[in-house]
Amino acid sequence: MYVAVKGGEKAIENAHAWLAEERRGATDIAELSIAQIREQLSLAVNRVMAEGSLYDPDLAALAIKQARGDLIEAVFLIRAYRTTLPRFGYSNPIATGEMACDRRISATFKDAPGGQVLGPTFDCTHRLLDFKLAAEGEVLAAPTAHPRTGATPHITEFLKGEDIIQDEPASDATPGDLTREPMEFPSTRPLRLQSLTRGDEGFVLGMAYSTQRGYARNHAFVGELRIGKVVVEMDIPELGFAIDIGEIEVTECETVNQFKGSKTEPPQFTRGYGLVFGQSERKSIAMALVDRALRWEELGEDNLGAPAQDEEFVLSHADNVQATGFLEHIKLPHYVDFQSELELVRKLRREAEERNASQEAEPSERGPL
Amino acid sequence: MTNQANHSNAPRQAWMGLLARAPEGVLMALWGGYEARPAFEWLRRPEVGGVMVRGRAGSVGASFNLGEMTVTRCSLMLEDGTVGHGYVQGRSKPKAEVAALIDAMMQTSAAGAVHEQVIAPLKDHVQAAKADRAAKAAATKVEFFTLVRGENS
Repeated sequence: MYVAVKGGEKAIENAHAWLAEERRGATDIAELSIAQIREQLSLAVNRVMAEGSLYDPDLAALAIKQARGDLIEAVFLIRAYRTTLPRFGYSNPIATGEMACDRRISATFKDAPGGQVLGPTFDCTHRLLDFKLAAEGEVLAAPTAHPRTGATPHITEFLKGEDIIQDEPASDATPGDLTREPMEFPSTRPLRLQSLTRGDEGFVLGMAYSTQRGYARNHAFVGELRIGKVVVEMDIPELGFAIDIGEIEVTECETVNQFKGSKTEPPQFTRGYGLVFGQSERKSIAMALVDRALRWEELGEDNLGAPAQDEEFVLSHADNVQATGFLEHIKLPHYVDFQSELELVRKLRREAEERNASQEAEPSERGPL
Repeated sequence: MTNQANHSNAPRQAWMGLLARAPEGVLMALWGGYEARPAFEWLRRPEVGGVMVRGRAGSVGASFNLGEMTVTRCSLMLEDGTVGHGYVQGRSKPKAEVAALIDAMMQTSAAGAVHEQVIAPLKDHVQAAKADRAAKAAATKVEFFTLVRGENS
């Protein structure tokens, strides 16, 4: 039960003023600019864009500043902002095969056409704190080499040539949009992908890890991981043709999964797919693993009762804004709720004590049960 | 309307796409150096909105909604009736206005001058930035070499 309670306006106002002061921190330290956050904390910016489900690096940087670096709070701010935007339309599906790849690796084919391009990765760093970063210093320009021209082909295309990997039939059917209609179960793969790409990175990572540890294990290889920019194209009604409306950075992961075959499918490789805004490598690999686990029914696999196979469980708990909202609402005043609980527990206690007292007074005639 | 062109839309697609993607600072600096600015009236004042970006499952399969991006759009008309549309990434109304104006002017006799002073250098800038990243990526390409093992010797 909710009962409106008034009061505390002054306290709230003062709390917000103090929040602003604490956000700023010591004033003898230079204030962070939005551009600094955007340029120097870009992976945090990427995460806020992915989970906020809005690609706008400056807005994500602003949200991070306002949230004092609390990324879930920043995601919440972005989600709230995006509801105020009129929807101009839907883009054509981005063509990741045309991506200008900053990074592109395959764990399945050493000599993949296009090569293994590491890009600006943390991989193979020693994970030792670099105290040089604590001091100001010039950064040397990264080395360059003569770039290959032409698009980088997807690895799965080579397996498809051999007909040894499950097909992914193209479809332009209008996908469901969970920003427009509430999620219903059973869901569809497009809705699952939309939910996973904006889902909490920690949650999706945990679900993916559970599949690796044996809860609906699906033997994933990273067939390909690529990070880079793709153009976004949209049909413009007033023009009567499509134009590029921008360019976004995305991370794409395609897993190739061992599959012994099922009642309906021959032995072949199957696929999981991850596509996430920004440079979001961990998230996109995790997304691909969970996507693959959720495809058990379509592939005729057994339901092992694993959490990662349960779409209702996964999709209902992946959203950190929803989860935070429900979790944190229990700290808000529940005075009346609690008052009635208190009455109830007192009554039960009184009754129990009376029962015990009467049982002690007249020893059981029936003996122990 | 001068927009109902039956010929190929490719050139217009190219400049509109370039204007949409171009960094605002670079575009505004180039436009700032362009002198002859025509008068226009608004058909649709700049407005900020969102476009839902789609992807495809497995990169080639069924389409799905990936997430939104911010876009600003506007439409205007020059005194001779030429209509220009601006659709640009982000939330900058001044950028959308400049994009719409350039789109209109590129359909008039001013096209040559606008191309020379704004579009061409903008394209050079965007291509140079892209080439720079591609060159850095190329330097991180792994060159494998196989070590000869002694088992058969």
